[in-house]
Amino acid sequence: MLQFILRRLLLAIPVLFAVLTVSFFLVRLAPGSPFAEERAYPAAVIAKLNEKYGLNKPLPEQYLNYMNRVILHADLGPSTRYPDRNVSDVIVQGLPNSMILGATAYLIALVLGMGAGIIAALRQNSGVDYGAMAAAVLGVSIPNFVLGPLLVIGLSLSLYWLPPARWGDFSHLILPAFTLSALYTAYIARLTRSGLVEVLRSDYIRTARAKGLRESVVLFRHALRGSILPVVSYSGPALAFLLGGTIVVEKLFLIPGLGNFFIEAANARDCFIVVGVTLVVAVMLLVFNLIVDIIYALIDPRIAYK
Amino acid sequence: MQTPVEPAIDVKVDSFELVEGTSLWKDAWRRLLKNKLAVASAIVLSIVLVAVIIGPLISPYTYDQTNPDAVYMPPSAAHWFGTDQLGRDILVRTLVGGRISLLVGAVASIVSLVIGVSYGAISGYIGGKTDEVMMRIVDILYSLPDIFLIIVLLAFFSKDLIILFAMLGAISWLTMARIVRGQVLSLKNREFVEAARSIGVSTPQIIFRHLVPNALGPVIVYTTLTIPSVMLTEAFLSFLGLGVQPPLSSWGTLVQEGVGAISVYPWHLIFPGTMMAGTLFCLNFLGDGLRDALDPQSRAD
Amino acid sequence: MTNPLLSVRNLQTSFYTRDGEVKAVDNISFDLEPGETLGIVGESGSGKSVTSLSIMGLIPTPPGKIKGGQVLFGGQDLLQITDEQMRKIRGKRVAMIFQDPMTSLNPFLRISRQITEISELHLNLTSKQSRTRAIEMLELVGIPDAPNRIDSYPHQFSGGMRQRVMIAMALSCDPQLLIADEPTTALDVTIQAQILELIKDLKARLGTSVILITHDLGVVAGMTDRLGVMYAGRMIEYGPTDTVFAHPAHPYTQGLLRSVPDPYEEVEELYQIPGLPPDLSALPPGCPFGPRCPEVVAKCQTQPEFVSVGTDHKSACWLNAVSTVQERKEIERD
Ligand SMILES: Nc1ncnc2c1ncn2[C@@H]1O[C@H](COP(=O)(O)OP(=O)(O)OP(=O)(O)O)[C@@H](O)[C@H]1O
Ligand SMILES: [Mg+2]
Repeated sequence: MLQFILRRLLLAIPVLFAVLTVSFFLVRLAPGSPFAEERAYPAAVIAKLNEKYGLNKPLPEQYLNYMNRVILHADLGPSTRYPDRNVSDVIVQGLPNSMILGATAYLIALVLGMGAGIIAALRQNSGVDYGAMAAAVLGVSIPNFVLGPLLVIGLSLSLYWLPPARWGDFSHLILPAFTLSALYTAYIARLTRSGLVEVLRSDYIRTARAKGLRESVVLFRHALRGSILPVVSYSGPALAFLLGGTIVVEKLFLIPGLGNFFIEAANARDCFIVVGVTLVVAVMLLVFNLIVDIIYALIDPRIAYK
Repeated sequence: MQTPVEPAIDVKVDSFELVEGTSLWKDAWRRLLKNKLAVASAIVLSIVLVAVIIGPLISPYTYDQTNPDAVYMPPSAAHWFGTDQLGRDILVRTLVGGRISLLVGAVASIVSLVIGVSYGAISGYIGGKTDEVMMRIVDILYSLPDIFLIIVLLAFFSKDLIILFAMLGAISWLTMARIVRGQVLSLKNREFVEAARSIGVSTPQIIFRHLVPNALGPVIVYTTLTIPSVMLTEAFLSFLGLGVQPPLSSWGTLVQEGVGAISVYPWHLIFPGTMMAGTLFCLNFLGDGLRDALDPQSRAD
Repeated sequence: MTNPLLSVRNLQTSFYTRDGEVKAVDNISFDLEPGETLGIVGESGSGKSVTSLSIMGLIPTPPGKIKGGQVLFGGQDLLQITDEQMRKIRGKRVAMIFQDPMTSLNPFLRISRQITEISELHLNLTSKQSRTRAIEMLELVGIPDAPNRIDSYPHQFSGGMRQRVMIAMALSCDPQLLIADEPTTALDVTIQAQILELIKDLKARLGTSVILITHDLGVVAGMTDRLGVMYAGRMIEYGPTDTVFAHPAHPYTQGLLRSVPDPYEEVEELYQIPGLPPDLSALPPGCPFGPRCPEVVAKCQTQPEFVSVGTDHKSACWLNAVSTVQERKEIERD
């Protein structure tokens, strides 16, 4: 197992290298400069700024400088949009907010999705099943930038229950977290249902019933383990994107998270932030996929990683 | 099966598949027709399709025709869906937006279909080291934060529709490639492929004439489910101001405009939002129905 | 003997599928005395598993449904009692071993957990006691090094070993009745013999009654006291094993017997019953075996009764309803 983890971490290195390289060249090859848009600086000022950030050098040199900085000094570079901060500061500021929001949304999705999926599977082909699954399809059909405003109108502006936006205490978390969780809830519900339906038909569940076990024991001890495996696999990429900053919801609810910084930086052509945030998300994707594989192996003893 | 008369055998091989295929498709069709939700979804989708194609042609307004005297008009006989901040007719904008959104979904799905099917089929058929390398590449691409890269591309280069189409297709072929590869792996040792190989049918012909048609079920299902997911991504990019550029509209841009004015002029969000959610809903249901019909195991009940 | 341990009366179980009603078990009756072994043979799809699942109350509903009949176990009708009462019987007084040991054990749980949960449930043992018991049971079924192997997962066992585990599980509460549904079909020949020997041995030691389901007549010969032959969801012959082997009354049984290889006789080609098993959702009227029967007569268009043809020996065939050559000629003329 340890060997497996080490090998995966080793394999992650070229991936991260590729992410850095691709995103660096993407942002640097683009026409225009971080200082050219919107603000009409005189050419001399722009030249000076370019020089300050090392953007006047030939591209290969910029690339080597940047990689050198990232790899040897763990420094993700300065920010052109927020001149008083560098990229690491922005990430340190934004990531915790994104993670709190994403983790809350994931927990909601896990609880609601698995609950609905289990009930639907146990009451297969009943009204409850059809209702839950129709709701799940609706959940993957309503974009969260439609759902969010609707929730805001309903629960905040009409009923004054919750603050409509911004970031602060727990009450600020509820609306965005629910908005964010809808899609994931729907997916998890569908995965849980189909996984459980399949497991409940399997021979070993028949064996468990033949032992005279209660249905609750059959479900929780025997059936659930096998049926959550698809949810486990799905959770890797899902968590990476949830925790790594969810652009729409953060923008919608004015949450100072990584996603919000990313989109603002992208629009302002702040290349270092863009590359930095992309790197963070790539790291998360790798880490969560690794964690998911480990959990998978813990649940399924047939999988032995070497 | 050893005879020098090539064409005759070829016909035989084909007809073998055909026989096996026809009853399968007939069965699937019968099952699909029994699924009322899927049929209803298909009908609604056809209506939407006809409306977005014909609607703008017969409407008295055009999508970019402003009217300073009719700003933010609520729904009325003249403007069924009301008007927006520039006095443009929301109905016509919603229909034109639907054209774009559906077109994005369709084009991107075709791109993903072409790349994904070829890639997966080649990888699965050739197998061995080639397969390993090709799938390793897919794994690596899977672990790239694709949506972030697309945003970078659109934000930094150009907000061109063509780039948008291509990018959306390019990010959604990975799963398709995996599905097709799995199918081809399980099919490539079957009799009809052996037969074709033994009489010297060329590799590309075996892949695209014999293997791919037999993997069609999962491909169709996955494509039907790709369309809504691509449309959603387009809407998301348009919402961020990176997709379709004004005065052209897509459902994403309309909803984005609507969100800003939601508490005062709710129709601005509700009509395009409902159209979009409804279409996605139907596409998803149709996709589910197709999956159940083509792969009865997936939901035997 | 006085009271049979199990008495199945007119059991009818159907599945409602897209193609209509499938009468998987159609009006079956048989008895099992305490300590006896009953063999049930029949081709694939003849309803053997559905019969045993009906007794266990494990028919998946829907699509299945027990439409009628009685399953009297120790005088109590298992079809009438509550789920709760049934659960107390399952695993404790009636246990079952399934066809495929590769899929019948839970791949996610240790063997120990899967065995101990039964004795914890039905015998109220503590976890320590039930673990000791589980090790005993594994030793009883011949698992070497049981104290160490008990914490393995199923995939670490071979097919034969897994079936031994299934047997240990099934017997861990000393059930009165063990239903073994083709316990050796999925195993290779040498292992088959070992498993059957084990069941025979344990039955003798523990005094359990056994229903042994198989499609291999060779297996039942040495192991069973009685034999039931099923065809298309019906019991078409039932009697003491020796009698059935010596005087098979139904043409289907006769065909089955002819198709068993005789080790002392060299034959060029083994006999095979012509034709294919019928489609249960579209059975012809009359005797279901008619279309394949070498002795079919006009009368076979109507369903034959299940009648006595000797002491304890019953069969469902028109040929049995006649005793003289004369009468036989008559029905053949019809
Ligand atoms: N869950 C089910 N749904 C629909 N039909 C079923 C179901 N289970 C069994 N059947 C039908 O009942 C009939 C009898 O099946 P059963 O499993 O009892 O056969 P069997 O005699 O045990 O055969 P085998 O030797 O293959 O185990 C078959 O025709 C089968 O199609
Ligand atoms: Mg069976």
